[in-house]
Amino acid sequence: MSTAVLERSGPTVRSADRTPRRTRYLSTGILLLGALYCLLPVAWVVIAATKGPGDLFTTFSFWPSVNGGFGYNISHLLEFRDGIFWKWAGNSLLYAGAGSLLSVAISVTAGYALAKYRFRGRETLFRCILAGVLVPQITLAVPQYLLMSKLGLVNSYWSVLLPSIISPYCIYLSRIYAAAVVSDDMLEAGRIDGAGEYRLAWSIGMPPMIPGMVTIFLLQFVAIWNNFLLPYIMISDDRHFPMTVGLFSMLNQGASQPALYSLVIMGAFLSVLPLIALFLFLQRYWRIDLVSGAVKG
Amino acid sequence: MAVLAAARPHRPRQRGGAAPYVLLLPALVLLVLFLIIPIGYTIWLSVRASRVTGGGLGLRTESFVGLANYVGAITDSAYAHSVLRMLGYGVIVVPTMLGLALLFALLLDSRGARLTSFTRLGIFLPYAVPGVIASLLWGFLYLPGVSPIRAAFEAVRLPAPDFLGSGSVLFSVANIGIWGGVGFNMIVLYTALRGLPAELDDAARVDGASELQIALRIKVPLIAPALVMTGIFSLIASLQVFSEPSTLQPLTDSISFTWVPLMTIYRDAFVNNDIYTAAAASVLLALGTLAVSLAVLSFLQKRAFGEDR
Repeated sequence: MSTAVLERSGPTVRSADRTPRRTRYLSTGILLLGALYCLLPVAWVVIAATKGPGDLFTTFSFWPSVNGGFGYNISHLLEFRDGIFWKWAGNSLLYAGAGSLLSVAISVTAGYALAKYRFRGRETLFRCILAGVLVPQITLAVPQYLLMSKLGLVNSYWSVLLPSIISPYCIYLSRIYAAAVVSDDMLEAGRIDGAGEYRLAWSIGMPPMIPGMVTIFLLQFVAIWNNFLLPYIMISDDRHFPMTVGLFSMLNQGASQPALYSLVIMGAFLSVLPLIALFLFLQRYWRIDLVSGAVKG
Repeated sequence: MAVLAAARPHRPRQRGGAAPYVLLLPALVLLVLFLIIPIGYTIWLSVRASRVTGGGLGLRTESFVGLANYVGAITDSAYAHSVLRMLGYGVIVVPTMLGLALLFALLLDSRGARLTSFTRLGIFLPYAVPGVIASLLWGFLYLPGVSPIRAAFEAVRLPAPDFLGSGSVLFSVANIGIWGGVGFNMIVLYTALRGLPAELDDAARVDGASELQIALRIKVPLIAPALVMTGIFSLIASLQVFSEPSTLQPLTDSISFTWVPLMTIYRDAFVNNDIYTAAAASVLLALGTLAVSLAVLSFLQKRAFGEDR
C-alpha cells in the first residue's frame, strides 16, 4: 500500500488551492518548526566538528571555524589510541550488520512456520513470543551477562552478537507479514506437484516476504547500532567496543581532558553519517505499515 | 490483546511433518538461551544471597533468603527515588512525544501543508541517531561554555537557562527522549493515516466539515490501533531509560549514579557486586513494566474499540 511513505510527496498536491491561505501557512510553519527542532543538534554537530579544541569553547557555536579545526579533529580522532575509532566503527557495523541479517533469517523462518503450519503448541508458543515483546529486553541484560560469564564468552564479540539476534518483536512482525502475503493456495498447489516443504518455504514463501525482511532488517539494524547497555555491560576490552560505548568512554575521559571534547564531537558527526546514508538508500523499500498495524494477519 | 495479538486462527494446513519444528528450531534455541533461561536465572538469583558463614573465617556461601532482596530493593530509598524519576520522565515523554508525532502526522496528511518531503525527512532524521550520540549532542547544547542556546540568551542580556541544574535536568533528559522518538512515531502514524480511504475525507468535506474537525473526529479515531501500538512501545522504551542519563552524567553533578532504576541496577550488579539485589530489582522492573503496559493496553482498547473486542 504505502511502500514509499518517506518518498511520496503526500496528498498536498491535489486541490490545495481550496485550503485557506492562513491554514496553509500555519501547517507549513508548524512542520518547519518541528524540522528545525530535529535538525538543530545535527546542524550544530556539523559546525562544531570544524572547531579544534581551542575554538570550541571560545567561538560562537553556530559559526563554523576555518582555522583547520576540521582537519585537526579528524586526524587526531583517527590517530587516537592507534586508530581505535575505526575499530569501533567496524565493530558497530559487525554487530549491527551480522546481528540484523541473522535476526532476519531466524525471525522470517520462525514467522513463516507460525503463520503457515498448524502444529501442536503453536498458539502457546506465539503467546510466549507476544509476552516476550512486552518484557523489557534490557532488564535481562544482567542475567545475560552472568550467563555469558559462565560460558566464558564475556568480552567477546559473541556476547553482544548472540543476544542481539533474537527479537520476539521481529518474529511477531514476520508472522503477521507471512500470514498476509504468502498464498496458501500456491503452497497447496506446490504440494500437489510433489515439492518438499523446505523447497516450498524457500521458493514460494520467501520471495513475497522480501519487503517485510527489509523492514525487519532496518528496524533491527537501528536497534543494535543504537544499543548501549548490552555492549556496555558485556565488553570491557575497548578494542571490542561498538561506536556508542567507545564515544561514551571518550566523553568520560573528556571530563578530565577537555581537549578530547572536540574529538568526541567529530566522532559523533562521523557516526551519524552511515545510518543516514542507509536510510536514504533503503527507505523506499521498507514497509512501515507493518509496524503501524495496517497489515492484517 | 486484539492489537498485538493478530492471532486469529486462519486455517493453515495440518501438514509438513517435522518442517514447522525445524524452521522454528533456531528461534526456539535462542529464545530459550537468551530469554527463558535469563528470566529463570534472574528469579532464582533474586531469592538468594551470598552470606559470610563459619564465624569470622569469611567463608562465603550462597543461600536461600526468600523475599529479603525484594524487601531490600523496595525499602532502598535509592530505588524509590529512581522509580519516581523514571515515572516523571515517562509522564513527560510519552504524551509530549506522541502528541507532537500525531500533530506532525496530521499536518503532513492535511491538504494545506507545503514542503512536506523536507519536513518529514527532517523530523524523522533523529531516529537514525543513537541515544548515546543524541545525548552527547544535546549535552553539548546544554553545557555552559559551549551551549549556543545559553550564548543566545547571554547575547540579549537575559539570564541563561541552567539546563543541567537539579531542577531542570529531568526536563533536559526528557527532551532528548522526545527528540529521538518523535520522528519514528510520526512516520508510523502518518502511514496509518495514508492507509485510510480518501473517500472518507472527501465525504466529510462535502458535508462541510473543517480540516480540524476531519482530523479530530474522523482521522484520529480511525488510527486508534496505531496510536495504541506507538503508545505501548513508547511507554516500554521510556521505562527503560538508561543511555541518556548515563551519557549526560559526566557533564553534570545533578545526575547521580542511581538516577533511574536501570542505573541503580547497574550499580548494584557491577559496582557493588550485589547481583542478588540487582536481580530482584530487575524482576520488579520487568513486572512493573508488564503490568503498566497491560493496564494501559486494556484501558486504551476499551476506549478505542468499545467493549466488544
